[in-house]
Amino acid sequence: MVMPQIKPAAAVPPVAAPLDSAVSVRNVSKNYGKVEALKDLSLEFPRGELTSLLGPSGCGKTTLLKIIGGLLEPTAGEIEVNGKMVTGPGPDRAFVFQDFALLPWASVIRNVAFGLELRGVPRSEREAIAEKYIRNVGLSGFERSYPHELSGGMRQRVGLARALSVDSQVLLLDEPFSAVDEQNRRKFQEDLLALVRNENKTFIFVTHSIEEAVYVSDQIAILLPRPSRVSEVIRPSGFREKDVENIRRDPEYLDIVDQIWSSLRTYAE
Amino acid sequence: MTAFGYRLPAMSSLLIWALLWEIIGQLDLTFFVPPLSEVVVTLVKILPTPAFLKALYETAYAFLGGVAAAILIGIPVGIMMGKSRLLDELLLPWVNIFLSAPLTALVPVLMVLFGFGMTSIIITTTLFAIWIIILNARVGVMQINRSLIDMARSFGASPLEAFFKIYFWAALPEILGGVRIGIIRAVKGVIIGQLLISIVGFGALFELYSSNFLMGHFWAVLIVLFGLAFTISEFLAYLERRVAYYAAKR
Repeated sequence: MVMPQIKPAAAVPPVAAPLDSAVSVRNVSKNYGKVEALKDLSLEFPRGELTSLLGPSGCGKTTLLKIIGGLLEPTAGEIEVNGKMVTGPGPDRAFVFQDFALLPWASVIRNVAFGLELRGVPRSEREAIAEKYIRNVGLSGFERSYPHELSGGMRQRVGLARALSVDSQVLLLDEPFSAVDEQNRRKFQEDLLALVRNENKTFIFVTHSIEEAVYVSDQIAILLPRPSRVSEVIRPSGFREKDVENIRRDPEYLDIVDQIWSSLRTYAE
Repeated sequence: MTAFGYRLPAMSSLLIWALLWEIIGQLDLTFFVPPLSEVVVTLVKILPTPAFLKALYETAYAFLGGVAAAILIGIPVGIMMGKSRLLDELLLPWVNIFLSAPLTALVPVLMVLFGFGMTSIIITTTLFAIWIIILNARVGVMQINRSLIDMARSFGASPLEAFFKIYFWAALPEILGGVRIGIIRAVKGVIIGQLLISIVGFGALFELYSSNFLMGHFWAVLIVLFGLAFTISEFLAYLERRVAYYAAKR
């Protein structure tokens, strides 16, 4: 006789248990003179997940990221990171820049260790940490190279290693792959998925590429411009566990890409 | 440079001019231009004399003092102006006025303020050199990549750290260019100061030789001065080339 298979209870979503937020944006507005860049924007960023800010250019997604990073002051509203109010830049957040923002006069290892250098970590200690992250991003052997000797993709790996080496809980990525060529971008996106899985950090990722956002995100916030607000939050659920090779063939992936495109197409010039 | 398919050594143009000088001198066209060989002989003769060494010391002292002041004040002021809009608006008109002002005309005023001694000469030298150093440091800072500043702030750099680890290095190629031009102007400044304020140093020698029509001596001192200025300027040009690898890629 075959033991009756006990069917597990249908996956019940945890009732009303709000997702644990690493970063909360509450009613944030930002005005530049009379121009309203952001208006009364609220958004939660779940801990340990990657949230994309996606929208047409000029929708204020980079402005929002800089406000979260403490580089810009909001005109109104507040940001909370791990329960603490943001009043400026802090060690709980690390930035990855679109144009890499590397010191051109410093070697790769000094660039990667620069965040630690600013925190007063002794040289031997910070270089040991930097070496580890240089290895992690696949740049072993380039420790003594200078940024101008590296390709765009390699430079952004340096920027990423610098952000990782300070071990912040929240990583802010401002269109990090837009200045990187297509093949390297795909490799980066795969690496980013692995990073989100392994590092248990919260990632906030600004992009203008729909495919990129859907490919890498646990949650996608679509921002619409003039003045900027969150029009939609999408949480892809079906394909996140799949192999990186199969995501782009997944029907849900394709549906979400289409859905986002239809809501954004009116904003395309 | 190449001529007729041959690579000419550096500074070979100087050889042509030296030859021309010698020929004109030997033709005895004017007492103003003695043959170069005669000038060189005079140069070797006067170099070890106490009068010359004293003049060299006095000039070097005023020159180095003036240049040091111009660099130590000029670079921070220029960087501040590049960083702060307010300071820039306040100071830029003055910097531009003094850059183009006939500073020689100001020397009598300096004498009234600071006396007839070394202080006035050093200040004159500084005034000749400092404005271009300020302007170049300012431009160097203004072209700095915004995201480098954001990067430093986001990783928690204090203003002082940002100054020494970002602004200074980012502006270094322009700063060195400014210092190089400033030093060349300082050579003029120190001699003008020595001529007008108190007759010491190379200024005194120029005065002495030219009023006695000792043109060989006059040219000899001028060659020494040119040699010193050229050496310093070449050294700075060398430093500029050292940072050129990132100057174009900031």
